[in-house]
Amino acid sequence: MPSFRVLVTVTLKPEILDPAGQATHQVLQHLGYAVDNVRIGRIVTLTVEADDANSARGVAERMAQDILANPIMESFECQVDLS
Amino acid sequence: MRVGVVTFPGSNCDCDTLEAFEFLDVPTKHLWYADTDLTDVDAVVLPGGFSYGDYLRSGALAAKAPMMTAIRDAIQGRDLPVLGICNGFQILTEAGLLPGALRANRHGQFRCAWQTLRVTNESPLFLGLSEGELLRLPIAHAEGSYYAPAGTLADLFMSREVWLQYVDDRGDLNTLTNPNGSLANIAGITRGNVAALMPHPERALEKAFGSEDGRRLLMAWLRGLQERSAHAS
Repeated sequence: MPSFRVLVTVTLKPEILDPAGQATHQVLQHLGYAVDNVRIGRIVTLTVEADDANSARGVAERMAQDILANPIMESFECQVDLS
Repeated sequence: MRVGVVTFPGSNCDCDTLEAFEFLDVPTKHLWYADTDLTDVDAVVLPGGFSYGDYLRSGALAAKAPMMTAIRDAIQGRDLPVLGICNGFQILTEAGLLPGALRANRHGQFRCAWQTLRVTNESPLFLGLSEGELLRLPIAHAEGSYYAPAGTLADLFMSREVWLQYVDDRGDLNTLTNPNGSLANIAGITRGNVAALMPHPERALEKAFGSEDGRRLLMAWLRGLQERSAHAS
């Protein structure tokens, strides 16, 4: 069975305050960078065996819904590559 | 009446909580996160701490522990009363056993302080704590900012599940005394037989430690348990 690498990117929903992003934004501005907004998320790298890319994506999405992201305050995206 | 207190890897208020109930002359049982046996406990406390090092999100990994599956089954099967304190609150929301979520504090800081709270809605889970009553309890958390989507938040108030709110010393709701950015200053909620709060009642048992309001809160919970078990038998 082929092995796939799935990148799960978890981000806070736009309406959720991100104090870590705000603090980093302030420091970036202090350093002179022109930046309007900073949001900090999380990347989870999974290696999964599956018949094809679609079923690898399906498994990763179930993991994301079950535990990797909290649907009340976070969104996620899965990107699948053959590993 | 026996109260179980669960230790997860990274719990650090488990022993204080056990000692608090022993101080109140209540038989206790120390429960382990990897076990599933709840047969001889009448109620469970999920204590404060940093279960699984707060990895992924506070409470997210503990919410999937075998003991949490057993607790979920016991809530559904026999209406097991559960009280979550601090990290216990985070675990209960992550497990979907209480609505909403606890986000990082608005100011980005860990906040360790005394805080005044108001009982927003009287609950049969806490017999003797009346609406409007003020409690002074310590808080100690970095992820205690309560969030629920707008519709859910309105429902929580309508259904009287908003239990405790952060207030000033006169008992008024005030953004300045909101220690973490919680929506509507919410510090504790209830649903069915499950209740949780961010403050630490087990750290306020005697005046010598600054307040005995934690003792009042835990005694009210115990009276509620006794009352309900008397009705059931």
